[in-house]
Amino acid sequence: MLKILKYSFYDLIRSRWSYVYFLFYLALGFVLLFLNNDVSKAVITLMNVIIVLIPLIGTIFGVMYYYNSREFTELLLAQPIKRSSIFMGQYFGVAGSLTLSLVLGLGIPFVLYGLLRSNAIFDFSLLLITGAFLTFIFVGLSFVIAISNENKIKGFGYAVLLWLFLAVVYDGLFLMSLIVFEEYPLDTFSLVATALNPIDLSRILILLKLDISALLGYTGAIFKKFFGTDLGFLISIVILLLWTILPILGLRYKAGKKDF
Amino acid sequence: MTIAIHNLHKRFGKNQVLKGIDLSIDEGRIYAILGPNGSGKTTLIKSILGMVIPDKGEISVLEQSIKKGWKYRKKIDYLPQIANFPPNIKVKELINMIKDLRNAPSTEAELIELFGLEPFLNKKLSTLSGGTKQKVNIVLTFMFDSPLIILDEPTTGLDPKALIRLKELIQKERAQGKTILITSHIMQFVEEMADEILYLLEGEIYFKGSIEKLLQQTEQTNFEHAIAAITTGSHA
Repeated sequence: MLKILKYSFYDLIRSRWSYVYFLFYLALGFVLLFLNNDVSKAVITLMNVIIVLIPLIGTIFGVMYYYNSREFTELLLAQPIKRSSIFMGQYFGVAGSLTLSLVLGLGIPFVLYGLLRSNAIFDFSLLLITGAFLTFIFVGLSFVIAISNENKIKGFGYAVLLWLFLAVVYDGLFLMSLIVFEEYPLDTFSLVATALNPIDLSRILILLKLDISALLGYTGAIFKKFFGTDLGFLISIVILLLWTILPILGLRYKAGKKDF
Repeated sequence: MTIAIHNLHKRFGKNQVLKGIDLSIDEGRIYAILGPNGSGKTTLIKSILGMVIPDKGEISVLEQSIKKGWKYRKKIDYLPQIANFPPNIKVKELINMIKDLRNAPSTEAELIELFGLEPFLNKKLSTLSGGTKQKVNIVLTFMFDSPLIILDEPTTGLDPKALIRLKELIQKERAQGKTILITSHIMQFVEEMADEILYLLEGEIYFKGSIEKLLQQTEQTNFEHAIAAITTGSHA
């Protein structure tokens, strides 16, 4: 698997899109720091951008990579390599290179700006960690979708729909249900509903660590009570881990049964 | 017996592609797998390689059942039908990569010279023409020393000179006692190379035997016509 990983990673690192992605974050980091002139504020703005963007890029890259490397995958399948190693290697190659673009692209401007001397370093690391989680989660989901759909257009469509659902529609449904059921106690419901969506979960995690939960009012207080504690934080990380592992298991299962 | 297949079934959706194939492939011969488009040639080959998972039936390669195994593929060199490689990689890197993955001694230098690929070694695969890609494909297949070679449409896109080299190469491998499976639609090529013909029709083996036997059975003098007549002939 490590050999496949190495080659997928190498292949991606040299592709134009990895550079575009890297340069985008680099530019974003510099511009935000320049405009905000404050590391903490830049982290908040950054969060709003990347919490939506990372899943989108992960989804699109994952689907694109899978379909583009189909023939190459077939070449590998005829080699004496275990099936699951091929797909795991490709998956970690894509997710790894995207994560690297993210970490380097954002890391460089922040480090240059003096992140290491500011107290926002923990918030910033948390941002990068959730970013990495989201990358792995969405690349995994998109791989599962791509391997389940022979038809490129369909696969692409489903993957984008999934992103749209988790990034936009889910929040809408969530808010609507809060309004419809406003007469009932909704603390547990909103906690669970947030935890079930990796994008929402990441957003809440970062917001609470940034200590601006007061802005969220009453809900913020409940969230703070849960996610703000060490236990809540731990549970959130476990849920993110689950979100990462489930697509990987799905991918292994699908890969074992598929005909090429 | 190099390959033994027993009662192999495979269906894709509603399409029953292989309907109970029984086959034994003996060592040291060249087999041509023929049949109309969609008769299951590639599916049969891919089942042997473990790329297609059969619904029913047994396949063993070199006395070893292939179910859930992957190490047996060390004994197989496979040339896929469409040579499409990762675009960002150079020819040299691809060759080194496959070498690295297989971890076996290889003779790529000779083959690169044989097909005149030196000028392309440092080019990216996306810039190569179809024929050159096929030559790279051939180098990747023949650079290892495995007892079983499977070639799916090996002549695609090759110029006459390269085709002659390929034929010599196949003959050389056979002289070393290797077993070779070929699919091709170029009958002249098949006639020249094959010891034995396997004719697939609608997922079953319709004919298995030498070219002479085929000519006799179909009462034809020309191999190409014999193949065309195989399904309409009186022997059926």
